[in-house]
Amino acid sequence: MSKVMLLIIGMAIVTYIPRVIPFFTISNKELPNKLKLFLEFVPYTALGALLMPGVITAIPNQPLISLAGLSFACFYSWKKGGMIIPVVGSITVVFILLLI
Amino acid sequence: MNRLKSSDGFKAAIPIMIGYVPVAMAFGILARNNGLTILETISFSFILYAGASQFIGISMIAIGAGFGEIILATFLLNFRHFFMSASLVAKLQSIPKHKGAILGFGVTDEVFSVASFAEGQLSERYLFSLEISSYLSWVAGTAVGFSMGSLLPETLQVAMGIGLFALFVSILVPELKKTSKALVLAALSGGVNSILNLVFMLPQGWSLVITIILVSFIGVFVYAKEEEVVYE
Repeated sequence: MSKVMLLIIGMAIVTYIPRVIPFFTISNKELPNKLKLFLEFVPYTALGALLMPGVITAIPNQPLISLAGLSFACFYSWKKGGMIIPVVGSITVVFILLLI
Repeated sequence: MNRLKSSDGFKAAIPIMIGYVPVAMAFGILARNNGLTILETISFSFILYAGASQFIGISMIAIGAGFGEIILATFLLNFRHFFMSASLVAKLQSIPKHKGAILGFGVTDEVFSVASFAEGQLSERYLFSLEISSYLSWVAGTAVGFSMGSLLPETLQVAMGIGLFALFVSILVPELKKTSKALVLAALSGGVNSILNLVFMLPQGWSLVITIILVSFIGVFVYAKEEEVVYE
């Protein structure tokens, strides 16, 4: 087996373990209220951290174009919701701005 | 609340797939340019299945980083998924271990975000169909990128880099209407993560994990009082 394959397997193991442990340990257990609340907040805090500061560099060297694309997603999902149109629309906005 | 069906999961996967395919293609191209074989490249997506760490893995191999160093970086970068899995499991009914072993594999930032805010009661079937579609699009995109290069014009490929961020925004924004907590927690966490990342120069893995723990904990501290009413 190549060195790279060994490395991929090693990376896969250390990635898989944290992903799967909660399925083996938490499942089917009554959790303390504070822990439940903590886990309920993770989606909000994860989304905030996934967006900032990464979004600034989504389009290399073009923070304003990134921002314009996202503004479309913000505006549309605020008005109408959904995910497909915000995603496709943002890509379209960025594409057009990159062309001009 | 309606229990979510398999078909809901397939539908919800569409925006993730739109976001994944171009990124996976870019990965396939990068891997090829760095001299990886097609087997190695597809294995990356097939058995590791973690976007950012695949790119980092390739660049660390390219600069000749050590085995231990790459493994440690990968572990740190992906440890956030521990909290995401835990948050999902808390919403699911009891899951048999063999199913958990499969569902756990497919937890990514995008799957987690979509599933967390799906309208309805989270179910195994929904999560499985959401995960398998996202996963296959990632693996297929990688194979296409490696074998055919970018089929897309370069500008479009660059523009598609906004896709996954737009997905996160479109998940978060409707939540802002429902509860002020969404805005407070997400904004605080974006701020904390930016400071840790840009000012303290923490690597992305560290700063994400610290931010998620710290801000969720602050949330518990701030909001525990009002939530007691709901639980008791």
